[in-house]
Amino acid sequence: MFRFIKNCSENILRAIKNIIRFYLDGFRSMTVGKTLWIIILIKLFILFAVLKIFFFPDFLKSRFDTDVEKGNYVLEELSNP
Amino acid sequence: MFDNIDLSLVNWSRGQFALTALYHWLFVPLTLGLSFIIAMMETIYVRTGNEEWKRIVKFWMTLFGINFAIGVATGIILEFEFGTNWSNYSWFVGDIFGAPLAIEGIMAFFIESTFIAVMFFGWNKVSKKFHLASTWLVAIGANLSALWILVANAWMQLPVGMQFNPDNARNEMVNFWEVFLSPVAATKFIHTITSGFVLGSVFVIGISAWFILKKREPVLAQRSILIAAVFGLLSSFVLIFTGDSSARQVARIQPMKFAAMEGLYRGQDQAGLVVIGVLSAQRGDTINIKNKDFIFSIEIPRILSYMTSGSFDVFIPGINDLLYGNAEQGVISAQEKIDRGRIARQTLADFKKAKDNGSREEYEALKAKFYDPGFKEEYFRYFGYGFLNDINSIVPNVPLTFYSFHIMVVLGFYFVLFFILFLFFAFRDKLGNKRFLLRLAVITIPLAYIATMLGWIVAEVGRQPWTIQDLLPVVAATSHIDAASVQVTFWLFAALFTALLIAEVQIMFKQIRSGPKEGGK
Repeated sequence: MFRFIKNCSENILRAIKNIIRFYLDGFRSMTVGKTLWIIILIKLFILFAVLKIFFFPDFLKSRFDTDVEKGNYVLEELSNP
Repeated sequence: MFDNIDLSLVNWSRGQFALTALYHWLFVPLTLGLSFIIAMMETIYVRTGNEEWKRIVKFWMTLFGINFAIGVATGIILEFEFGTNWSNYSWFVGDIFGAPLAIEGIMAFFIESTFIAVMFFGWNKVSKKFHLASTWLVAIGANLSALWILVANAWMQLPVGMQFNPDNARNEMVNFWEVFLSPVAATKFIHTITSGFVLGSVFVIGISAWFILKKREPVLAQRSILIAAVFGLLSSFVLIFTGDSSARQVARIQPMKFAAMEGLYRGQDQAGLVVIGVLSAQRGDTINIKNKDFIFSIEIPRILSYMTSGSFDVFIPGINDLLYGNAEQGVISAQEKIDRGRIARQTLADFKKAKDNGSREEYEALKAKFYDPGFKEEYFRYFGYGFLNDINSIVPNVPLTFYSFHIMVVLGFYFVLFFILFLFFAFRDKLGNKRFLLRLAVITIPLAYIATMLGWIVAEVGRQPWTIQDLLPVVAATSHIDAASVQVTFWLFAALFTALLIAEVQIMFKQIRSGPKEGGK
């Protein structure tokens, strides 16, 4: 039983190592891909660290704490003649 | 309240959404189409073992990777805008929109992102068959991503499978399958992905033609053109068929959009189809306008009636019929719809008052109305009209819708001819002499982008003023934020997307110029 568990855990670890090596080798051998990854990272930084935080707060989430409050606000917006 | 809303806020918010959606769409269709073309080419490589095919696959895969990397996450900005600029809309549709988008995130995106690593890093590391399966799964995953977004969009064109809950002011999904299998969703999905297939095919043929013009890579060019022309031609037929189905659906569920697409001001029996036409500048004067208000047009008599209904004699309502009503043809006027919408909104206001006052009986009675099929059919389906003060506000931009639709259709038929010509000359191995045709192929690449953009303009501009057809107009969907902040982010996005586009074009051009790497191993 102990040997079975040991074998299983060794196999899982080997698989994880292989997956990590697969990705590392892939990233190392990239040529155009390196430039593309730089573009992706800059883009994600601009999107999530700049635009989302400073320019795109969630309108309802930033004003109300609960769904009931949000619902009441929108209900007021939609029903107010 | 909505009389006082800052229209510049609404217009800038709309402009910003249009800008981001169109820029995002610059990257999407090539991913949809090129992924399948690559998968087909790799299938041939695995079946034949011919290393030249591997070299061809790797070349197109690099271009696919560039487009994928530059375009990835550009759609997230649209979700930012929902939360900030369109909070009433986001809340009103939350449950319906949330489900398809969540499924997209969990299922399609993970398939796509997991197997794309195998597709790029897995050459000579995994078996040929596993690599091929990964390439197919990337193509299927990319198209499945589009499926869920289009299901959500189709619901906005034809809201079905939901129940409005007045307690929380949200539409709640009551029938997932009705939303998922909505006829609009099915047609829209197939029409949209096949437009991507056509664009991908045009892209491959255009670049291959450039190689032939430069007397480079003849094998790559010839084989790529054959695959892309067959795939493009088959996709074009499906595109035209679904386009026709889609137009018939629009005629039924969005008659104002259909009238704008056809430039039809006054309804007609035995309506003719305008093949090409130039609208006069008389728009605005909807009362004195002629049936169709063209300076010049070529029309096929009675065909429009036939195409929309299968009968040459059927009445097609025009913009004026939809504005002023046509009792004889059973068309309700816009004013009648506005009155019914106001009753629905007043009922909601009374409900809220009863809820706030704690009048239990009145609250229960008013709430029950929103679940009553009669009230839903007679009043709530026109809820959005209750926000409008002027009947003319239900008329979209007719020239933009009309020209976008007609140019798209002309280009759609042009692509069929284009693929036939390339298939014919590629089979006869005579493309090298056809320099005009090869140059035309290069010019056709931007035309394919224009056609697919025009499709979205018809779909979205044509259904204005609605964010959700008949239920929520744009004026009621926006957040009360400062218009200046939307202007700032509009220009920020314009700069960001333009930079991304320049980066893509430059990297793509560089890669195309350098051509495929030597050897397929």
